[in-house]
Amino acid sequence: MANRAFAVSPVPALLAGLLLATLGLGALWAVWARADGTLSLNTADWSAIRFTVMQAALSALVSLVAAIPVARALARRQFGLRRVLVLLMGAPFVMPVIVAVLGFVAVFGRAGWISEGLGLFGLPPVSIYGLHGVVLAHVFFNLPLATRLILQGWQAVPPEQMRLAESLRFQPRDMRRLIERPMLGQVLPGAFFLIFLICTTSFAVALVLGGGPRATTVELAIYQAFRFEFDLGHAAGLALVQLAIGVAAAVAAFVTRPRLDASAALGTQVVVPAPKGRQSAVFDAVCIAVAAGFLILPLLAVAAAGVMGLADLTSSIFPAIARSLAVAAVSVVLSLSLALALLHPVGRARARGEAWVEGAGFLVLSISPLVVGTGLFLMINPVADPVALALPITAVVNAVLALPFVMQILLPPIRQAEAEFGPLADQLGLTGWARWRWLRLPRLERPLGFAAGLAGALSLGDLGVIALFADPARPTLPLYVYQLMGSYRTDAAAGAALVLLVLSLAIFGLLDRRGRA
Amino acid sequence: MSLVLDQVQLDFDGFHLRADLKVKKGEVLAVIGPSGGGKSTLLSVIGGFLMPDHGRIGWDGADLTALPASARPVSMVFQEHNLFPHLTAFQNVALGVAPSMRLNQEEHAAVMAALEQVGLEGLDARKPAELSGGQRGRVAIARVLVMARPVLLLDEPFAALGPALRQEMLGLVREVARDRDLTVLLVTHQPDDARRADRVVLVENGTVGTPQDCAEAFANPEPALAAYLGK
Repeated sequence: MANRAFAVSPVPALLAGLLLATLGLGALWAVWARADGTLSLNTADWSAIRFTVMQAALSALVSLVAAIPVARALARRQFGLRRVLVLLMGAPFVMPVIVAVLGFVAVFGRAGWISEGLGLFGLPPVSIYGLHGVVLAHVFFNLPLATRLILQGWQAVPPEQMRLAESLRFQPRDMRRLIERPMLGQVLPGAFFLIFLICTTSFAVALVLGGGPRATTVELAIYQAFRFEFDLGHAAGLALVQLAIGVAAAVAAFVTRPRLDASAALGTQVVVPAPKGRQSAVFDAVCIAVAAGFLILPLLAVAAAGVMGLADLTSSIFPAIARSLAVAAVSVVLSLSLALALLHPVGRARARGEAWVEGAGFLVLSISPLVVGTGLFLMINPVADPVALALPITAVVNAVLALPFVMQILLPPIRQAEAEFGPLADQLGLTGWARWRWLRLPRLERPLGFAAGLAGALSLGDLGVIALFADPARPTLPLYVYQLMGSYRTDAAAGAALVLLVLSLAIFGLLDRRGRA
Repeated sequence: MSLVLDQVQLDFDGFHLRADLKVKKGEVLAVIGPSGGGKSTLLSVIGGFLMPDHGRIGWDGADLTALPASARPVSMVFQEHNLFPHLTAFQNVALGVAPSMRLNQEEHAAVMAALEQVGLEGLDARKPAELSGGQRGRVAIARVLVMARPVLLLDEPFAALGPALRQEMLGLVREVARDRDLTVLLVTHQPDDARRADRVVLVENGTVGTPQDCAEAFANPEPALAAYLGK
């Protein structure tokens, strides 16, 4: 087999890979060594494992079941606010988890809008804490993702099939049986495991809405062993369990990932023939309205409570803002640098190495911040004070966790630039920096802005590693919000959450727009 | 002096190419044949975009086989994507002088002169989107001029242009080639374009045939060529 002549050096990618491997394997090794190879799990640990798997499976299931009619409605209806809705679907992704959870409590909590409404009819208030609260919050975060994955499935259906369906006058039943069901068969398994994976590693939701013997996730158990029992061996053992769950879910998600024709998904929107009847139009409208309401209500609740709470804020919020901004800035620069180094050798042919990059991305998703955090703590503890290094460590971990998303945004445009202009660049001797300067970067301005915005928002809203490490007297903004909640200063917490939300959206919007300019 | 492909073989994406070929310095060789027959692969091997599994490629006694594309005495005009859309005509040509695009006064003047020679005087600051299809082709030819490499490969260039404009561009290429004594391989689907070359070679099923004089080849085509031309 002949090789493509290759004018790009693999060295930067190898260096970045080595750095990541050192970090990851070092943390793993530290956990492994501390866990002593012997896993002694008590009954509470076992119930944490059961709860983790159950809530993740339920969350994934509910998200997908709810997403099927929403995606169908979005695929076959055209309406004015469609773009706004699709934009809204992206919001939970850049929204700090703690903010969304606060919004949730404000809507569904004991003193929330729903409970008050029920109270008017003399009904008892609902509780948001425990299994259903965790699942509901996870559905909030993953319904948009599930909808998008299924929509991609719709868009990957060949237009010829749609035209055929129309000319053969398919009834809604035929559409479901002959087009929708096979498409869902391709998409759903991968989507299920991806959402399952995300829900096993989501810490902040369990921190606020979970807890107690019946609703503790493994991650929460790590945190408790770490911060309250000071039992590092126990924390390390739990970290191994969490890692096993995460890797198993990641492998399942990778194996079942839908192999859709990506070019079709990027192209113009496929028009799915809509049934003529009034009934189905009403059904679609209701589905879209309910989903939109479910996504918008918590946002509105945060905004409303936050505006009232602004007056309760003290000046102690400013250092927290400064810390968060500094962490986010470092994290963005680091994440983009690592991604560009890793993507340096991408060639015009779809190389075998790129499947590895994709697989590695899934693995990174499986590594929870708490596991890495525990490992880094154990690694650093003998040589330095981890608490003093809390902020830099948070920045590094956030950068690594954002990496799969950043790479996924940057890879397609680089591959396309190489496919089109690679031979010309080879002939002109554009290697190293010149290749970035003249071939790649000019085509990457928008994706780079988007990736930076995403990495910045993710880091700004992070409440994972920082909860594990931080000196309580020097919190980042999300931790500050959590502390205010913990001390029952609900109004001030809502105000700080609003500040955090506005900052996250501003950072995302600013960086994303810079790329568009 | 000549361009030599000595028992070159390669497998790529399930496609097999074998080539034994000698092209004399200063001649224009038309490469014709059906789609998927191996014409573009042949040019990619000479250009250094694909590495052969066996055999060697030589120019003027020197072995090119292991050299990267940028170090070969070869310039190429592709089917499309010849110009970076975000760079001006001047910059696109200047890249042929130095990848860093840091030019001294002399080099700067050479780029301007090349643009002038292909009839683009005063259009140096335009980007490809602000140029016509023919003008874009001229920018690519101006770059070939400043690169000043003795072998020129053209892979169905200007295929998107109308017949008259394509003839005009090929005329310009022939003129440049004669001026600079370039050795040219021109891949084309048009028998009319091939007729104006010195010799013609048929590439079919991954096999490169024996070049023949154009006049002779088209007057009395061999069976394979006759079958391809439909005569």
